Amino acid sequence: MSRALWVGLGALVAVLFAASLLIGPAGLAPVQALSALVWGDALAETLVMREIRLPRAILAMLVGAALGLAGAAMQGYLRNPLAEPGLIGVSGSAALGAVLALQTGLAAAHVLALPFAALGGAVIAVLVILALAGPRGGSITLILAGIAVSALAGALTSLVLNLSPNPFAASEIVFWMMGSLQDRSMTHVWLSAPFIALGAVVLLAQGRKFDALTLGEDTAASMGVHLGRLRLALVMGVASMVGAATAVAGAIGFVGLVVPHLLRPLVGARPSALLPASALGGAVLVLMADIAVRVILPTRDLKLGVLTAIVGAPLFLHLIYKTRRQGQL
Amino acid sequence: MSGLVLTDFSVAHGPCDVLRDISLSVGPGECVGLLGPNGAGKTTLMRAALGLMAHRGQSSISAMPLSLRAKTVAWLPQTREIAWPVTVENLIALGRLPHLAPGGTPGDADKAAIDSAIARMGLEGFRTRIATQLSGGEQARVLIARALAQATPVLMVDEPAAGLDPAHQITLMQTLAREADRGRAIIASIHDLGLAARFCTRLVVLWRGGIVADGPPLSVLTPDLLAEVFHIRAHIAQTEDGVIVQPLGLVS
Amino acid sequence: MMLAAPGQLISISRISHDPNVSVMLEQALEYPINHGQGEEVFRLAPDLVLAGAFTSPYTVGLLRRLGVEVAQLPIVNTLDAIPENLREVGRLLGREAAAEAVIAQFEADLAALRVLRDHVPRAALHYANNYTSGENSLAHEILTAAGFTNIAAEAGLSGGGTLAMERLIMLMPDLVISGQSYPGASRSEEVLRHPAMEALRTRHASHALADAEWVCGTPAVLRAIARLAALHEGG
Repeated sequence: MSRALWVGLGALVAVLFAASLLIGPAGLAPVQALSALVWGDALAETLVMREIRLPRAILAMLVGAALGLAGAAMQGYLRNPLAEPGLIGVSGSAALGAVLALQTGLAAAHVLALPFAALGGAVIAVLVILALAGPRGGSITLILAGIAVSALAGALTSLVLNLSPNPFAASEIVFWMMGSLQDRSMTHVWLSAPFIALGAVVLLAQGRKFDALTLGEDTAASMGVHLGRLRLALVMGVASMVGAATAVAGAIGFVGLVVPHLLRPLVGARPSALLPASALGGAVLVLMADIAVRVILPTRDLKLGVLTAIVGAPLFLHLIYKTRRQGQL
Repeated sequence: MSGLVLTDFSVAHGPCDVLRDISLSVGPGECVGLLGPNGAGKTTLMRAALGLMAHRGQSSISAMPLSLRAKTVAWLPQTREIAWPVTVENLIALGRLPHLAPGGTPGDADKAAIDSAIARMGLEGFRTRIATQLSGGEQARVLIARALAQATPVLMVDEPAAGLDPAHQITLMQTLAREADRGRAIIASIHDLGLAARFCTRLVVLWRGGIVADGPPLSVLTPDLLAEVFHIRAHIAQTEDGVIVQPLGLVS
Repeated sequence: MMLAAPGQLISISRISHDPNVSVMLEQALEYPINHGQGEEVFRLAPDLVLAGAFTSPYTVGLLRRLGVEVAQLPIVNTLDAIPENLREVGRLLGREAAAEAVIAQFEADLAALRVLRDHVPRAALHYANNYTSGENSLAHEILTAAGFTNIAAEAGLSGGGTLAMERLIMLMPDLVISGQSYPGASRSEEVLRHPAMEALRTRHASHALADAEWVCGTPAVLRAIARLAALHEGG
């Protein structure tokens, strides 16, 4: 079972990555496109492939993996399938951090200011959520805290953008709340990839500790899990991944909810196996969504979050219903 | 020393001491029943001894580094928490986590320990069942198997019999007694005086922040102690089946 | 401002004070501004309010109900429409003669700028959000008048709209005319500095900036045409 799952997910990522490279409004022939990408033999085609489509495909993969993995890690720590970076306001707060860095000019003054500001926003949100939801992450407090954090972050983001002297800034509220990968460049890849990779290493290393937490905090602690260190790793890992992903792609919701939920039965519900599986699954989902926005409305910048929410929100409702029926809400 | 030694052990809850100046030593082969009325501090004593709560004085276990502690004592809290729908086998395998090398996979010794724990708790038919879908009694047995798989010289259990039917209560206590016979040190908090008296080799009674009695069941469960600590009177007898303690009524 | 007699104009739109879009900034700074809100305009007690086609219909309706005369000027999409608009404003202000003089000057200058050229380079207009202008737009007319073809028109675009950066690059324009950047940051304007566009500019196309003179149907467009036409000689 397990091997087939990994091979399947890996193959899906590869196929969708290739599809993402080959689908676009310029309508390049596949052979010509790949040749331009690899050999750089035609100016226009090479620019399109190397500077527009390649960064977009790489970012879809990175951002998806970041959101999927961060969702699985939050759920593993809080032992609650409703914990998702977008829903509980982590992505929104990261967006606020990014917007502040951009509008204050910090991002222009220093390259790393943008990802670090987004990371800072995410850290604050994760800490607030953990403080409010408590160690067990009760569903009601988690959702309520998430609503409050999201609403505040969204409002402040809107405020900052409305105060901007730039006439386009206000219209970008939608981008920061829904996310998009249109016209991103390699600069964004270099900006986000190190943070996402670092977060992935940190979170994947915690797999067994999340497994141990299946039995509760006390048991996990008695089995040698240092809860304080795990908490620190979770906060930094999630913030680093979600912060970097949001800084370049805006807040894309529901990826961290849908992917772990679908994959959990396939990995026997073990949190340690769910982490890498959700990273791959997240990459699959965001690559698919990003291809879909280009196919559905090729001339307009349809936001990724629109698609992920259409898929994710009904599932979220279903999960709430299920949780309530089990008497946990 | 593979047991538990507490010396001048105190635990504070805010400004007041919940437990004071406790000295207790539990060695291999002992099955200690920890008794006391609600709120006497049984759970607190065990959690603090494990290093899960701040305390003063010495605990031989909480003094150990985290990784050694996990190989020395297995802990089974009262709340039976199983967060995810994992299979029984995977859940029991969690007990082997402290023994795995970083990044390593379970080896033959681990598999043997898991199989042995499954066999001892009579869970062969349950290996592939989803743990969260089992009944409360079955879940309790699975969690005990998990603690057994940890294969530690000390086993601490908080209210293991609570919520089990009589047959499962007896099976459970027999298992604990058998593990003590195999050379483990067992410490279990128990409310059921009858079960404690029949299956434990030694009883320790906590009351008003200290140990008020410590010894073999018959010497501990005197009418005076039952009256003073538990406010009950009971029928106590030594029979062919062991000690019988049957609470009869309250003392006024 | 071009047509009004001294004292005739009592307040102007706040946009006129924005250096990014105002073509007569220096003169404009001498007038007080309003923010297009019904209340503040009414308080000025004007005889006539000149409004654009995009002015909020509620504001226009409110002012009209309050007895203020409001004239709405149409959006100018062609160079030929500019004289008509000038004539209309001249009539409304009672300055017909001044208007005719400005019109005559404008038509003469425009004719002088329209030179037949053998080589007609292809130009791309590239604004924030990949916005561009195709046929039936003032920007398109400015390009054509300056002796360029518009690749957005090649791509079949009419009026304003977006042209994906990929398609723009595949059309390989000889000249890229970018929108200017406003202060403050915006993701919309990031496309102007996208590495693919930078590469196109450094490796193939020449580059120019579009500014305030492109936006509105006033004689100021002549300056835009003149600067653009000068690029033929330059490179």
